[in-house]
Amino acid sequence: MNGPILDFEKPIYELEKRINDLKELADHQEDDSLEGLELTREIAALEQKLDRLAQEIYSKLTRWQRVQLARHPRRPCTLDFISLMCTDFVELHGDRGFADDKAMVGGFAKMDGKPVMVVGQQKGKDTKQKLYRNFGMTHPEGYRKALRLMQLASRFNKPVVVLVDTPGAFPGIGAEERGQAEAIARNLREMTRLEVPVIINIIGEGASGGALGIGVGDRVFMLENAWYSVISPEGCAAILWRDSAKAPEAAEALKLSAPDLMRLKVIDQIIPEPNGGAHRDPKAQAQILKREILSALNELEQLKPHELIDQRIAKFRVMGEYVERGRE
Amino acid sequence: MEWFKKAKEGLISQRRKDIPDGIWVKCDSCGEIIYRKELEKDLWVCPKCDYHFRIKSKDYMNLILDSGELVEFDENLEATDPLEFKDSKKYPDRIKESQRKTNLNDAIVTGIGKINGKEISFAVMDFGFIGGSMGSVVGEKVARAIERALERRIPLVIISSSGGARMQEGILSLMQMAKTSALLARLYDHKIPFVSVLTNPTTAGVMASYASLGDVIIAEPKALLGFAGPRVIQQTIKQDLPPGFQSSEFFLEHGFLDLISHRQDLKKNISLIVEYLS
Ligand SMILES: [Zn+2]
Repeated sequence: MNGPILDFEKPIYELEKRINDLKELADHQEDDSLEGLELTREIAALEQKLDRLAQEIYSKLTRWQRVQLARHPRRPCTLDFISLMCTDFVELHGDRGFADDKAMVGGFAKMDGKPVMVVGQQKGKDTKQKLYRNFGMTHPEGYRKALRLMQLASRFNKPVVVLVDTPGAFPGIGAEERGQAEAIARNLREMTRLEVPVIINIIGEGASGGALGIGVGDRVFMLENAWYSVISPEGCAAILWRDSAKAPEAAEALKLSAPDLMRLKVIDQIIPEPNGGAHRDPKAQAQILKREILSALNELEQLKPHELIDQRIAKFRVMGEYVERGRE
Repeated sequence: MEWFKKAKEGLISQRRKDIPDGIWVKCDSCGEIIYRKELEKDLWVCPKCDYHFRIKSKDYMNLILDSGELVEFDENLEATDPLEFKDSKKYPDRIKESQRKTNLNDAIVTGIGKINGKEISFAVMDFGFIGGSMGSVVGEKVARAIERALERRIPLVIISSSGGARMQEGILSLMQMAKTSALLARLYDHKIPFVSVLTNPTTAGVMASYASLGDVIIAEPKALLGFAGPRVIQQTIKQDLPPGFQSSEFFLEHGFLDLISHRQDLKKNISLIVEYLS
């Protein structure tokens, strides 16, 4: 394995390394030799132990550990998912007004032969890519590009698949000059009006308005270890305790995990991740997600455009919790 | 100008937390020391630099609505604590404290009123209630105000003043942006006018949802408007922000406002727009 390893993943990688070392050793032994048989037994025992250990670690992740998995340097991001789930991807660029935002990607593609429009934030993995993609932090032209592509899909009756993965909309001078707030607000209204099925997938980080800006649809799916909230844990910690190092506490307070959002009735479905997280098996992850997207599209394609829109509005209409006291 | 007189009375009768007591008041913007009585007469606008002091939701009702009268709806909606959120205080305690301080149940007042005889669905936010933040109650009340405009086919006017979504309700606050904007899609398709008025400050989650979706968007002068807070921007880009950045004037210059209206002309301007859009 190359690339960094998270603290809580260490015991697993250490055990995996021991198993691999033993396997290498076993390769140099005769299969039926005494040493060879003993090695085989030991390897089998360790593999069982590895399964148990992974179960144990990944079944009780804290919210902060999930945030770390969502940001894992090897976690598949939007373009990985597109290449693993789709064929014939034709990337389309630009907002037709100001620029082509590299933090937002999109285009037509086929999922098991079915034509769809895919859009999503692209974060980038190595330093050069991260800079090129502005760390997946979108400018107004990114939201406008996404909307242009989704409206294009709507006009030509192609469903929309959205992949959300952003640490936030970019806070900068140019972003404000070009109307970051207006771009996001317009998307919220106009995504409501799209006449084709729209499937939202929170695949990694879902930070605030930057995520929601492409987050209105008929189904909202969330990967098991993704996070989605009104503010990042660091931002929350900075406000509450004037100390962004308290992000782990903030992650707990914000209830930002997929199970939390399921309980709060904000998402429709948790997409399971392979044992240990999406980065341990991106191919398997993409297959799991693709299956759920296609099954949802099959259902939604039975509906007429006005039914889709009515149901979409009704879906978001009921979100929130309040009490209504009897009038005095 | 009956409403104008009424407005002045309304303003005089109120004491505001962010304006210090005393005969003299210092302008936040130019530092001018102003005679309090004179400020009250001028609707809390600095006579020297035109700085618009922050006023309460009740003051805007008096300023905009005929006789300051609002038939209030949904005043009995109150926040719950879906996240069991606790920082220096528990969230329910924070709510109770704000309710005591402001005499409001949450950061917005909604209902039906008249503007120069024309019925409107009206909503006004109050920055005094946890920074005018939008949680489930604000989102629900805005949603119902939109629905009232739809059902009665009357214009919608929202006066915003907000630091954004309310952190203490986490993701549910964020979803209020989608909820209100989704209903505005309906209003938009039914061609019912929506006038959005931005006052100091209107930022983040509120600015990135209904406040930016008016058919006509009006701001008071020199208000702080934007998506990200200036401090966050400064920390991110590590350079000084240009003078006037994120002000109403900056927003107008960059094409995101229809007009800037002095507080004295606000009722007249809203009323005219509503007339033109009817
Ligand atoms: Zn002044």
